[in-house]
Amino acid sequence: MFEEIGTTTEGDLIINVGPQHPATHGVLHLVITLNGETIKKVEPHLGYIHRSIEKMCESLTYRQFIYVTSRMDYLSAHINNQACALVVEKGMQIEVPERAKVIRVLMAELTRIASHELWWGAMAMDIGAFTPFFHAFRERETINDIMEETCGARLTMNYMVPGGVMQELHSDFQKKVKEFIKLFKLKIHEYEELLTGNIIFQNRMKAVGILSKADAISFGCTGPVARGSGVSCDIRKIYPYDAYDKVQFDEVIETAGDSLARYMVRLKELHQSISIIEQLIDNIPEGDFQAKTKAVLKLPKGEFYQRVETARGEFGVYIVSEGGTTPHRIKFRSPGFSNLSALDHMARGSKLGDLVAMMGTLDLVIPDIDR
Amino acid sequence: MMNEALKTRITELLATATFDETGEWLNISIDSTQWLTFAQQLRNDDNLLFDYLFCLTCIDNKTNLTMVYHLTSTKYRHNIVIRSSLNTDNPEIESVASIWKTANFHEREVYELFGVNFLNHPDLRLLILPDGWEGKYPLRKNFEDPVNMIKL
Repeated sequence: MFEEIGTTTEGDLIINVGPQHPATHGVLHLVITLNGETIKKVEPHLGYIHRSIEKMCESLTYRQFIYVTSRMDYLSAHINNQACALVVEKGMQIEVPERAKVIRVLMAELTRIASHELWWGAMAMDIGAFTPFFHAFRERETINDIMEETCGARLTMNYMVPGGVMQELHSDFQKKVKEFIKLFKLKIHEYEELLTGNIIFQNRMKAVGILSKADAISFGCTGPVARGSGVSCDIRKIYPYDAYDKVQFDEVIETAGDSLARYMVRLKELHQSISIIEQLIDNIPEGDFQAKTKAVLKLPKGEFYQRVETARGEFGVYIVSEGGTTPHRIKFRSPGFSNLSALDHMARGSKLGDLVAMMGTLDLVIPDIDR
Repeated sequence: MMNEALKTRITELLATATFDETGEWLNISIDSTQWLTFAQQLRNDDNLLFDYLFCLTCIDNKTNLTMVYHLTSTKYRHNIVIRSSLNTDNPEIESVASIWKTANFHEREVYELFGVNFLNHPDLRLLILPDGWEGKYPLRKNFEDPVNMIKL
């Protein structure tokens, strides 16, 4: 059936969404074939922010290339850095101090909360609810302040380095994170009350953009997109890294596969991230924040792969080393690229107005897709 | 399945496959002409069920190109890496977009950045690069662009 409506016939309307469009949140260009208001085909055109980071990294050393990766998925900058640090540590067999591992997990979970908050606000705004944006940014601002104190940056942080983290935590870090959690727990019910139960919102999300479990796996979808379709794919659970094996948390899985399921996964993940932070914030081990490493890092000849769970899904770093100070080939497997490839399949046969809800719940970050 | 069991089962399916266990996962090198049938077996065999292609990329070794496929099974949680060497002048391999849908986009990316021709791909067009870019492959080692690339 889908093959049938996938072809263009006379009378079809072709419209371009983007590359500059408020609902694409970045320079994504979609060419949409419509029959009346029904979508026949969605064709993404990428590359408007393609910087060829993979090529760039071939001439950067193993200390330098980490900084470029914050500019890919800028909402999960810490987690991208973490993956790169982990892959270098894996190759060089560097033992990371326990303190650094816990700090990394704390930072990663704060990033995840900040990312989900931005997604929640922006997605609600796309489908016509303006207020959530302010509520989400009110709390997100606190996280940015915490990051700024410790890392010196609010968005493209570069705090993780091979061997641990770059510097000691700010002396107020624990106090401020605890304050944030207290505040956040008072506010989080507002999210549910403001949006989740709203009947207009429910009608916009329910049974929109359905992705079956088999398709989610086949399209390589990961993160909340796949978990909304019932796929268990949380890298933190399956292949624990850093201190994730020391904390208790649940992998959130919904089975409906529609936009509302993906929405619910992210909202519930907020609670899990808070729980992880609460378990660790008073138990940061004493010790070094960084292992002693050589000034010049050289990876032995071979291939190294590290996967981590960003706010958008499975992020992979694949390094092919020939034994030098720079990688021979580096590949970033970005979650957004695979998640976007499912959009055409999800959107076919639905109305144009629903496309915004689908794109919103895919949580696309364009620099992550283009790289 | 552990590596030994995987090796036994894969040798049964494809006798010419060679193994390398030095890395984190089992590496399997195959001839590019055998890839499509072998891929179908990996996907559908009840003991293997490699249903999730989590990374598809290419490496330029100057003398040849190597296609690399990272596969995992969401049921058994075992991982393998498939490698296939291609000729630099006329790199060709069968597309696996019909087996793993994610391969559609990933192969288009490799097609434009490395110039690998994927046979029977449903929609082999430029995805990232602008129109009219064909013939130059940015991720190959011999790519030169004096205007846009700054040598460090």
